[in-house]
Amino acid sequence: MVTSHQAWSVEAATVILQAMPAEERLMLPALQRIQAVFGWVPDESVPVIARELNVSRAEVVGVLTYYHDLRQSPPPPVSVQVCVSEACQAVGTRHLAASLEAVYGVPLGETRDGVEFAKVYCLGNCALGPAAMVNGRLLGRCDVERVGAAIAQAQSVLA
Amino acid sequence: MTRIYVPRDSAARSVGADEVARALENECGVRGINVEIVRNGSRGLLWLEPLVEVETTRGRMGYGPVTPGDVPGLIDGGFLEGAHHELALGVVDDIPWLARQQRVSFARVGIIDPLDLDAYRATGGLRGLQRALQEPAEEIVGDVLASGLRGRGGAGFPAGIKWRTVLEAESLEKYICCNADEGDSGTFADRMLMEGDPFTLLEGMAIAGVAVGATRGLIYVRSEYPDAIATLRTAVDIARVDGWLGVDVMGTGRTFDIRVVEGAGSYVCGEETAMLESLEGKRGMVRPKPPIPALKGLFGQPTLVHNVLTLSAVPSIIAEGPGDYQALGVDRSRGTQVFQLAGNLARGGIVEIAFGVTLRELIEDFGGGTLSGRPLRAVQVGGPLGAYLPAEALDVSMDYEALADSGGLLGHGGVVAFDDSIDMATQARFAMEFCAVESCGKCTPCRIGSTRGVEVIDKITAGVDRELNLVLLEDLCATMTDGSLCAMGGLTPLPVLSALAHFPEDFHRPPEVTP
Repeated sequence: MVTSHQAWSVEAATVILQAMPAEERLMLPALQRIQAVFGWVPDESVPVIARELNVSRAEVVGVLTYYHDLRQSPPPPVSVQVCVSEACQAVGTRHLAASLEAVYGVPLGETRDGVEFAKVYCLGNCALGPAAMVNGRLLGRCDVERVGAAIAQAQSVLA
Repeated sequence: MTRIYVPRDSAARSVGADEVARALENECGVRGINVEIVRNGSRGLLWLEPLVEVETTRGRMGYGPVTPGDVPGLIDGGFLEGAHHELALGVVDDIPWLARQQRVSFARVGIIDPLDLDAYRATGGLRGLQRALQEPAEEIVGDVLASGLRGRGGAGFPAGIKWRTVLEAESLEKYICCNADEGDSGTFADRMLMEGDPFTLLEGMAIAGVAVGATRGLIYVRSEYPDAIATLRTAVDIARVDGWLGVDVMGTGRTFDIRVVEGAGSYVCGEETAMLESLEGKRGMVRPKPPIPALKGLFGQPTLVHNVLTLSAVPSIIAEGPGDYQALGVDRSRGTQVFQLAGNLARGGIVEIAFGVTLRELIEDFGGGTLSGRPLRAVQVGGPLGAYLPAEALDVSMDYEALADSGGLLGHGGVVAFDDSIDMATQARFAMEFCAVESCGKCTPCRIGSTRGVEVIDKITAGVDRELNLVLLEDLCATMTDGSLCAMGGLTPLPVLSALAHFPEDFHRPPEVTP
């Protein structure tokens, strides 16, 4: 979900991390908090987190690079996640992915003109597939028109 | 004033429920008709969503699937009085699809507003927790044992044994951890329950905490479920204000509170020990067992780990006593199972029914056969680590032991149907690819084997040393099965080998000539 994000600074990150309650003073919640505020996890945040939690930078990088949700580069304005798992495969998600590539010019896993297309492995909408999520909004029974309309709507909100 | 129900469940919203609610509000407003719109959970008849219900003297009359464009015509046709219409479904409770079910965990889902605590109480909620706070812990644990409740996440381990282990463990700090990382394709029951009746899950956790001596509960929800996370957090706040979560639960001086934790996109964090590592803020790496989490779990403390559905069965077992639950089912599979019908089916959704139903009944009677109308070719039961069963093998009883004897896996109860347009070599390749993407990396057979598995299958389909590579694939599967610490690498061979066994023709096609 793309919402307005704060510009990165070490000072801002430090304030955010120091405000974390005791039970969240762990590496993954800290990284998630940084991403929630700034939209992504800049490399410069690693030593700040390491210092605040008293862990090594290597450990922080280990967690940062493990989880698919955590981004090490700024997010695009529009994020399209297409489910490529079995229940959606059963109703033609491979064809949907190919249709999206034909229209937007990039396969799943790439970005063009501010729209990022990504594979996601199940959105929990398995009886109404193919499923997709556009800027956090879940769509069912998708065809390329339905996804296209959601992309256009997401773009108009940002314009 | 007429009461109308329009589901807020994300599946219903994914096909326009919010737009329908808005259209109803606007249209009734313009016409000066007084209506109360309640956003309920989904009844689970997903092919009929958005399923709108109207409360009448005859009961709740259903209409669906409704689009915003249908709204004026529905009102003109008198649907606010339950009149007939081409979208009319009759009294929802009487719809055979629903009437044949035995809803225990899903008893309230679709009936009430999920966040209406008064409605929760009025339908029997919190009686289980009240009893748990009064009775000795041994008696509560004894009831869970007597009910025959087995873990509904996939392992099917007797729940009561875990409860007893944690109760008997000596520690000042114990935890209840709910595994809501429902990552299996074809499964959505946890999501729908968290969105449709969150208080049941919270009450189940509170009963567990009170019984085993834990003061803190955590719910680990996958990040792909934002609505479930938001609904649970609101439900926790409501419960705290009402006084049954937090310090001094229901005025007894006992403490139990719950924190909802968001995952970060990792399928293997659905494995209980990887989930614990993730809850500790670390990489979701699998831990060897022993020690079992019941003795050394979260932060090294005794931890009761359970799936959403397991915990959600607890309040009624404790409130009513274990007899009713235990009386349902077959052999060693007691109680009800929440099946999720998914994929290429005409009628997909939630079927909660006693163990003993067959796969054929689920696919044909409930599911209505394929959505496409093409012949059914395969059914995958139990998620991505489950076997692909051919259309001829549908007469298997859907219980833990019967499925295992047939070479299948019940897992979390997901049933995914495929028609004859599916290629099983492609499916086998996906099983390996998914394992490669999601592997935590600890075990070489899983981490490397899955990547090699993709390559070997590509060679087979390309016709490169086909017979040798088929032997190699089977050997690789044996290595992954025997050499992996958890089910990620350990069960990835199950869909692959089942595809080879039941659909060998797909691995022997003439290689496609690339232009």
